[in-house]
Amino acid sequence: MMELNTQRMEELKRRYKYFLVFVIGAFLLILCQLWNLQIIKGNEYRRLSENNRIRIREKPAIRGMLVDRNGNILAHNRPCYEVYLIAEDIKGDQELIQRIEALLKLPQGELRDKLNDRKRRVPFRPIKIKSDIDWEELALLEFNKVHIPGLILDVKFRRAYNYGDLASHLLGYLGELSEDELKRERSSSYRLGAMVGKFGVECQWEDDLRGKDGGEQIEVDALGREIKPLKRIEPFPGNNVVLTIDLDLQKAAEEAFEGKNGVLIAMNPNTGYLLAMLSKPSFNPEIFAKNISFEEWKSLMEDPNHPLQNKGIQGLYPPGSVFKIITAIAALESKVITPNTQFSCSGTFNYGNREFRCWKDGGHGVLSLHRAIVESCDIYFYQVGLKVGVDRIAHYANLFGLGKKTGIRLPYEKAGLVPTSSWKKKFLGVPWYSGETLSLAVGQGYLAVTPIQLLVLISAIANGGKIYLPQVVERVEDMSRNTLKTYPPIEVGRINVSEETLHIIQDALKGAVNEPGGTGGACALKDIKVAGKTGTAQVVRISRYFRRGDMNRLPHQLRDHAWFVAYAPFENPEIAVVVLVEHGGYGGAAAAPIAKKVIEKYFNLKQERCFKLVQKR
Amino acid sequence: MMIDRRLFAHFDWRILGLTLAIAIMGLLNLYSITSNIEQGGTPIYTKQILWLFIGLVIMVFVAFIEYRLYSDFAYIIYTLSILFLIILLAYGMVTSGAQRWFKIGGLSIQPSEFVKITFIITMAKIFQQPPQKGGYSLKDLPLPFFLLALPVVMILKQPDLGTAVILVLVFFSILLFIKIRWSSLLVILLGGTSLIPLLWNFLKDYQKQRVITFLNPDLDPLGAGYHLIQSKIAVGSGGLIGKGFMKGTQCKLGFLPEQHTDFIFSAFSEEWGLLGSIFLITLYTFLIIYGLRISIQSKDRFGAIISFGVVSMLFWHTFINMAMVLGILPVVGVPLPFFSYGGSFLISTMIGIGLLINVSMRRYLF
Repeated sequence: MMELNTQRMEELKRRYKYFLVFVIGAFLLILCQLWNLQIIKGNEYRRLSENNRIRIREKPAIRGMLVDRNGNILAHNRPCYEVYLIAEDIKGDQELIQRIEALLKLPQGELRDKLNDRKRRVPFRPIKIKSDIDWEELALLEFNKVHIPGLILDVKFRRAYNYGDLASHLLGYLGELSEDELKRERSSSYRLGAMVGKFGVECQWEDDLRGKDGGEQIEVDALGREIKPLKRIEPFPGNNVVLTIDLDLQKAAEEAFEGKNGVLIAMNPNTGYLLAMLSKPSFNPEIFAKNISFEEWKSLMEDPNHPLQNKGIQGLYPPGSVFKIITAIAALESKVITPNTQFSCSGTFNYGNREFRCWKDGGHGVLSLHRAIVESCDIYFYQVGLKVGVDRIAHYANLFGLGKKTGIRLPYEKAGLVPTSSWKKKFLGVPWYSGETLSLAVGQGYLAVTPIQLLVLISAIANGGKIYLPQVVERVEDMSRNTLKTYPPIEVGRINVSEETLHIIQDALKGAVNEPGGTGGACALKDIKVAGKTGTAQVVRISRYFRRGDMNRLPHQLRDHAWFVAYAPFENPEIAVVVLVEHGGYGGAAAAPIAKKVIEKYFNLKQERCFKLVQKR
Repeated sequence: MMIDRRLFAHFDWRILGLTLAIAIMGLLNLYSITSNIEQGGTPIYTKQILWLFIGLVIMVFVAFIEYRLYSDFAYIIYTLSILFLIILLAYGMVTSGAQRWFKIGGLSIQPSEFVKITFIITMAKIFQQPPQKGGYSLKDLPLPFFLLALPVVMILKQPDLGTAVILVLVFFSILLFIKIRWSSLLVILLGGTSLIPLLWNFLKDYQKQRVITFLNPDLDPLGAGYHLIQSKIAVGSGGLIGKGFMKGTQCKLGFLPEQHTDFIFSAFSEEWGLLGSIFLITLYTFLIIYGLRISIQSKDRFGAIISFGVVSMLFWHTFINMAMVLGILPVVGVPLPFFSYGGSFLISTMIGIGLLINVSMRRYLF
């Protein structure tokens, strides 16, 4: 065997020679290039390295604006001046340092410390002294510029939101690209420290808004003075995003919501375009554009009212009596009741060993479906629910889009939950109790929905069964207002429910607002017929035992959430609204008046604009 | 395990001496360019000294295990190293960011570096049976290609182009070394080139853009192009004798990117000039020549292929690193053996040296 091996080894030897020749050739190539760089071009490179230095000056692209449907600017970029100093040029002149501190109103000693911090800075590199100075300071600095060597003023653009915290959750905010994000493949074209959209439309439409950053290589001398630009790439500004939001309506909504926490979303039920969207408490997105301090960030994050959450798509709540719409449709469609089926309500209902109550003490007496919806009788729907059963209710809830994301193009949307008997078996390991069907029938229990889901539901009722994708952006335009992309309405589904059933529900919803005894009476308008449904979502079970009007005795964080969904005009719907007032108590009292203000404003605006148009002609 | 006293008599001091010479030059260079950078914690060169000692201990350990044992365990250690890559990839998916390192305590370990070694051992095991007359043909190659593709794909995902390129080059070096039929080689080359346009179509726009700037850095004057020109200025301004120890301005002023890892040769060249560079290249050349001699004198094919694999790995690392900082090749991110900062890389190259010494010591033992 040895002999054989030796023989084989001989065979290998020839190829060693080839490899060695290749290695030496490759290293000779390296030596040639070294000779070329160090000897032939050595002097030139030495000059470049001594006089140097080639620096990069970044020219970030100007971010696109956010504009409402009527062209009002919601987010834009404002110039922001930054002051830099080159420490070497000051040469430790204490008097001068103090003068600059006084000019810029800096705390005493801060500037000196910054300039003396030799360890952390690179020689001759300008040090940022103050950013975002005001006009007065700018004027003073410009005036004194000749007396301050090494002073550099730089202008940058900073995101500004014209209306403070208006629609802040929808617009979103910017933040510095983190190092982790930078490592990700998709972010490779960003530079460290770039400001990118982190939330809302700013995040979702980042690719359209950001534009293309530019910059140039410039040759500077030893003092950092520019000698000449070498290569440059022009920045290309980002595109403007036109929202579906109506600024005036949004303003009215914000005003109506003053001092309360919760959600309001308004939508055109025939297109799915959102007309207003707010979530309270809100935040001012501008604080993220400048470097947010840790304390500010912490207080926002730890606020028990979750100001950073867009509750319209991220908040999960039981829908309360709004859900009776689904229970009623399920019952009618599966023919377990007719519109004339009557049940009686005495105020309490015994099932199993538990007593279930109606919200109204003493009960509603004997009523049929129409009045049961109008007066939102719980006990009527307990009995309907028992007849329909959990899984059929769940089927119709799913049909209307509950339990899954609506698909709205905003980050972090939640799906919610529609319980079924098999779901409970699978996830909780116990069978469904029919007592739980009672809770489900009136929108309590495991059920969890987002406000936007209820808005899509009420819109589908209004428009005859069409589920539209809720959208917040109408189109994307370039700088000169040429349309680049449009987002036409998208019908994502049609509800397979008979027209008759829909009419019964629509009539009942009109009754809830306009008939005597209707729970949504607070939303009735003079000239326009509104249809709507109230809801009260339990936060804790005990609230059920508090009488109407007694809610105020309960601690605020235990009070029920107030719901109201509505659309108008009844005959030919143009606007659908969902209102959720967190811990607001009863839907009819807390949420319906807010919806009224917004709907009223919508029609006033319509009239005003129509009038103006006529006047112009 | 038998440790023969004769082993010590045949211990290859030349290889160890050359390695240490280069490593000590590397440490001095690292000290020179990083000592002025104030960073929290242990200075970079202190960490590198620590890594070098750990590397030496592991090297001795690797050298004294009878190397035919590696043949027996080849698939196991290969699988283990692949497993680490998989865990890394899965972990990266969970944290939604590709990663190259494991962070254990304060240390980061880069599994892809060790795959190079386990891959070489596995190839040596597969090809230790001599081929039919005329060399290996295509039907012998599906398994080796699969064993290559597995780590390469995962390493590309990290994304670490440099290590993937090295693996492929080492593989083809071994293929040529063990003799493969010309017809088979032709088929592989044709197949490989015809795959390129196909792959190109699979890339997304921004990925294409990246490849293009990678091939022509001038298109990205603010990123890759800037790095390259600064690297050339550093090397060029070194001239014949260099600016001197601790006197390089390009890296001191922060113009050089990744000056202590991929671009360390430019920093060295700036301070030691053409003469210093020639000296360093000579040391590498001798290391390669001695390594090849070990391979030639090896008592069996397994030893010959292992040592050849290690030599080719050292060569490709050295050549590609130098060529890229000098602007001959695109910048792929390949470190310079015993010079660039990095614990995993240093240890894996020390393991390679351990394997060379191992084969060398046992050439007279049967």
